[in-house]
Amino acid sequence: MRADSPGVRSTSDILDAHRGDPTRLVQILRDAQRECGNWLPARVITEIAAGLGLPRARVEGVAGFYAFLHLSPVGRFRVLVSDNITDQFAGSREVAGALCRRLGVKRGRVRSDGRVSVDFTSCTGLCDQAPAILVNGQAVPRVTGMRLDAVVRCIEANLPLEEWPQDLLRVDDGVRQAGPVLSATLAPGEALKKMLHEPAERVLAVLEGSKLRGRGGAGFSVATKWNTCRLAPNDCVVVCNADEGEPGTFKDRLLLMRHADHVFEGMTIAARFTGATAGFVYLRGEYEFLAPHLREVLHQRRAAKLLGTSIAGERGFDFDIDVHLGAGAYVCGEETALLESLEGKRGVPRHKPPFPVTHGYLGRPTVVNNVETFADAAWLFANGLDAWGALGTPQSSGTKLLSVAGDVERPGIYEVPWGTTLREVLTLAGAERTKAVQVGGPSAELVPPSMFDRRLAFEDLPCAGAIAVFNDSRDLLDVVVNYAHFFAHESCGFCTPCRVGTHVATRSLDKLRRGQGSQSELNELNTLTRLLRDTSHCGLGATAPNGWRHYLDRFQDDLQRRLSVEFQPAFDVEKALAAARVARGDEP
Amino acid sequence: MTAKVRVATTSLAGCFGCHMSFLDIDERILPLLDKVTFDRSPLTDLKHAGPCDVGLVEGGVCNEDNLHVLREFRKQCKVLVAVGACAINGGLPAQRNQFDVGDLLRHVYFEEPGLTRRVVPDDPELPALFDKVRPIHELVKVDYFLPGCPPPADAFWAFLSDLLEGRDPRLPPGAIRYD
Repeated sequence: MRADSPGVRSTSDILDAHRGDPTRLVQILRDAQRECGNWLPARVITEIAAGLGLPRARVEGVAGFYAFLHLSPVGRFRVLVSDNITDQFAGSREVAGALCRRLGVKRGRVRSDGRVSVDFTSCTGLCDQAPAILVNGQAVPRVTGMRLDAVVRCIEANLPLEEWPQDLLRVDDGVRQAGPVLSATLAPGEALKKMLHEPAERVLAVLEGSKLRGRGGAGFSVATKWNTCRLAPNDCVVVCNADEGEPGTFKDRLLLMRHADHVFEGMTIAARFTGATAGFVYLRGEYEFLAPHLREVLHQRRAAKLLGTSIAGERGFDFDIDVHLGAGAYVCGEETALLESLEGKRGVPRHKPPFPVTHGYLGRPTVVNNVETFADAAWLFANGLDAWGALGTPQSSGTKLLSVAGDVERPGIYEVPWGTTLREVLTLAGAERTKAVQVGGPSAELVPPSMFDRRLAFEDLPCAGAIAVFNDSRDLLDVVVNYAHFFAHESCGFCTPCRVGTHVATRSLDKLRRGQGSQSELNELNTLTRLLRDTSHCGLGATAPNGWRHYLDRFQDDLQRRLSVEFQPAFDVEKALAAARVARGDEP
Repeated sequence: MTAKVRVATTSLAGCFGCHMSFLDIDERILPLLDKVTFDRSPLTDLKHAGPCDVGLVEGGVCNEDNLHVLREFRKQCKVLVAVGACAINGGLPAQRNQFDVGDLLRHVYFEEPGLTRRVVPDDPELPALFDKVRPIHELVKVDYFLPGCPPPADAFWAFLSDLLEGRDPRLPPGAIRYD
């Protein structure tokens, strides 16, 4: 469809395509938005509500929740610039400024002809190819120089995305070091067939023997999770969490681009073991451009009888996978928020317990695992326990994919065995004069040089994938402030400690960065750290303080230099009196 | 006999409702006076605060005089307490924050019907207004916050009792109010 052309599908066409199923509401809203020139007019919301038999407020509430669904017009070319800190250091702010200037549009506004809007968004998962933008969901990496010229030209020429130069849209794999998982080339079905006829006890023994743990961050035992689901009374569901939203993480992007088959194989193995019939890939909205490829791979697997009914000729082994798209909400990486979103609701985390393994998608027992976990599971069953057991440390088996970005010679994806030290990773990536590394993303740890010999492992320095490297030319408060604003922006707003606390924290940190912070702000941040950790509804609020507390604890020298002895207001007192003085005619 | 604790109170952009609520501790003010001496406060009508142990500040900061008084309190008081919704959040006076203060002055002194002399009062004695009404913690360091509009008398009592006896102040659940 041309970006400027009116929609061709009516709301009822879209509802029909989704079988009028209210659990598909997020997908329906996404499709409707595409037909309406990138936003959702009130009329369409009303039609969708009526068509699904839902209260209108429910539909508008869902549309209002997600950053990529719009209740007021945005440009027909909607340009989003990744605002992650490594993107900023690579010039993303300058890119946004240049785009606004050259396209004649103010950031956050729509150009008067409705053609284009430019705004910031949270990390787009292209940190190794920064500065990157999304244009109507399509990734455009390395937008500098001539590539920036080309973007401006395409938009001014009103060129549909399909006709943009292909090399402008090409996302590189970015593999710098492939280990066993990334270099494996499993034939479709190869791993599945090795476990297909094994009794459940034997499969469980392999899972337990492998000590495979979830790769999304929490590191929960895969054997325990899958087996709890298997033993639950109802029909199970397998969900692949591809909402890779932790800023600085982009290793799932590669797995989905190049090893989708392994991921789906892992999901199918999980289905065989648990007896699940339904599977979902919850793909973050920022990775919309990967969806056609994933659907194509699923199509091929169906054709090869590796999905659908009687998989691999086994009667009663029925399982299929559907790709659901998110719409720009970091919190949906939290598994229960993800399930809410899959059910067509606002991505607000649920109360736990009950956990998804017993009450997940539509109340059914649900396995939710990270993309990499499923790829690892496929590798495990293809290569066997002995091969797997040779990798990693006692409590962290196998390998880990790392997304390395920031101040390194060779940004990209590195597969390393668990137990590798952070220093080794930095050497591999060509990091020099490193001042600090954010390991595992903003919600995890900021690591100073004195701790570079720590080992990446659940028992020492856990890491869900992100390695953001900062050299001694960087201001760490820029980093910390960026993370704080990220959490304030991504808080779902459900619980007060997180909704308010993350914003209050940004104010104190902004003051610190401007040199206006004093002991008073530090006290406030310490109070907030405890408050958020102890009283937030979910992990987002509980881990948000990690973005600043390691800085306050571990970079005392840096901090002390920035601290003001006296309390200072955050604003210019004289300036704040100016308007009234002018109104009453005081001499300036 | 140990020296009495010196307490100062003031109202900035407030309505004195918090002070009235403080007085609602009723006869408990007598045992309180065994332990405290009031410095600047409406009870003493002193114009400036001397060195004090505790300063209770009602109201937000809407003009330069408020700021002047607040800074004097901060300088003189070992412990500064933001008392009530206006001191903590700006409160009702902050409703003007959505408007430009210059527009407001012009509207009130030029455009309102029935005005005989159309001029923004410019006597140098009158303090200039800030562009926004601000909570006091945006201008000085605040040690404690006593919420409520107004905080109930029991909140004042519990807070001061704890402070006087050297405990970290903790309000009983019923005394924490946001209305």
